[in-house]
Amino acid sequence: MSTDKDLLPVDPHNEPGHLPIADIPHTPRVTDTDPKAARRAERQVASMFLLSMVFVVLFVVAFVTIDKSAVVYIPVLGVVGASQIALGFTFGMAILLIGTGAIQWAKKLMPDVEVVQERHSMASTPKEDEEAKADYERGKEESGFARYTIIRRTLIGALALFPIPLVIMLRDLWQTPPGENPVELLSTTAWRDGLRIVPDTGETTGEFVKGIRPEDIPVGGLVSALPIDIMEIQKAEHNLNARGKAAIILVRMDPSEIRSQQGEGWDYQGILAYSKICTHVGCPIALYEHRTHHLLCPCHQSTFDLADSGDVIFGPAARRMPQLPIGVDEEGFLVAKSDFQQPVGPSFWERG
Amino acid sequence: MTVKFLAARRRNPAVAIALLLLALVVVGGAYSLASNAQPAVAAMGSQTQVEEGKKLYLEGCSSCHGLNAQGTKYGPTLIGVGAASVHFQVGTGRMPLAAPGAQAVAKPPAYNEDEVAKMAAYVATLAPGPAIPSAEQVDYADADVAKGGVLFRINCAQCHQAAGQGGALTQGKYAPSLMNATPTEIYEAMLTGPQNMPVFSDETLPVEEKKAIIAYVNELQQAPSPGGLSLGRLGPVVEGLFLWTAVFAALIAAAVWIGIKAR
Repeated sequence: MSTDKDLLPVDPHNEPGHLPIADIPHTPRVTDTDPKAARRAERQVASMFLLSMVFVVLFVVAFVTIDKSAVVYIPVLGVVGASQIALGFTFGMAILLIGTGAIQWAKKLMPDVEVVQERHSMASTPKEDEEAKADYERGKEESGFARYTIIRRTLIGALALFPIPLVIMLRDLWQTPPGENPVELLSTTAWRDGLRIVPDTGETTGEFVKGIRPEDIPVGGLVSALPIDIMEIQKAEHNLNARGKAAIILVRMDPSEIRSQQGEGWDYQGILAYSKICTHVGCPIALYEHRTHHLLCPCHQSTFDLADSGDVIFGPAARRMPQLPIGVDEEGFLVAKSDFQQPVGPSFWERG
Repeated sequence: MTVKFLAARRRNPAVAIALLLLALVVVGGAYSLASNAQPAVAAMGSQTQVEEGKKLYLEGCSSCHGLNAQGTKYGPTLIGVGAASVHFQVGTGRMPLAAPGAQAVAKPPAYNEDEVAKMAAYVATLAPGPAIPSAEQVDYADADVAKGGVLFRINCAQCHQAAGQGGALTQGKYAPSLMNATPTEIYEAMLTGPQNMPVFSDETLPVEEKKAIIAYVNELQQAPSPGGLSLGRLGPVVEGLFLWTAVFAALIAAAVWIGIKAR
């Protein structure tokens, strides 16, 4: 209910939710009583605005004169670009001084007496409520929304189905190549029996030719590696998916330190090949401690023990790191003996 | 008397084992002398240097690494670690350890260059191992910095962080920052795998690629921070933390100042 009573000033002590600060008696400021202080404040505000102008001038000077590649040492910040720091500082100060000057002006010189700003009640009058209700009823009646049941139901059905194409279109984010089974794609990599292992040099064009001999990897050694024909595959597929799946690390430890492997004789004289892709959410990991044989994922700290079948010993990963069986070919280069025996990378729906 | 003593015990089963051990030591010793006397001398210089190095070793290192560098439960064997390991570990002050712990921390070296060279010469005579890289091997002047960046991100960044700032490992260990590492130290670390760092041999990571990595680390060391306050170049997490603490505190302070009634 809204009456004229709402517009009348009320005793704040009796109103619910009144602020105790309203009880504090108003005290005049120094600038209200002392004309000298007021003049001081006036000068203060004016000098802030003046300084702001000076900084704008300095900004222009800095912009014109300072060499863009010059560096300067500033304590705490270190060696920084002279131009960047000068431009940032002068422009920042120019705008800051306008702001502080304005606030200082308002706080010290503009009137600071508490005033009550009166407002009307926010609620509608009963008459307005009635009118709105009548409008709604008339619209319902005239459109026949209640009467034409079939129209109403089909409209609801159409609106409910309308968002489905938006969801369906997400399917195009990943298109399985024709004739391929997505589960198969996730479960296999480019590795196969007899395929040579090459160090990953980071190159994405050309071709890999240089294989790895077992004697190239000392005990404690680590090599990020790929299949030798990966360049051809990525050229044919026009993407890096195969490269991402096939990435492995080779580590060598004293054979007596290997407690277990995922398969009998999958190492070659203490050289073990493991997937480089974390089984948690697929971060590439090569953070290998050669004394503890722990492989640590920097994303979520999943830790795998490469001396013990790549088992998870810490962190959120649910599956051990897949191991690749390796051997050497007749020329003495390291080769894979088959593809991975389990899918690499994070779990997916069909893996359960 | 002695003959009689020996004759009486020559059928003792321990004799066979003792003889076998003796033969092994003689053959092994002769082999190792023959195989590495030459590189050790060529790389490290004179016999006196080796002898002085051995003296320093016995005083400073043998309590943990053993009188014959065979290793004890307090420290690993140094046979075969090579001069490069000694130069890196002692030259950066990591060895001798201040105290046993998760991490061998770099500190002001306890030995001068000359003494380090002597100890390196001694350890190099124990068995063949990586030598201290030559000036030519670490000369990165013509190296490809961009390729070094790619190789760094494949091989180094997972522990030392993409900008070489270092990072945490497991159970209190950490990969140190590379901001003060010299080209020789970087090369030696890749070659010898100090502490828990794996070895990146010259066969799988050739000298040219090592040079490129050194050039990239040098680039990181030299790179200025144009905006200042790089916050360890640790990326958005640290920047976010800075924003939510320091910058928000400043904004709140400004808001409080605006709200305070003037006197």
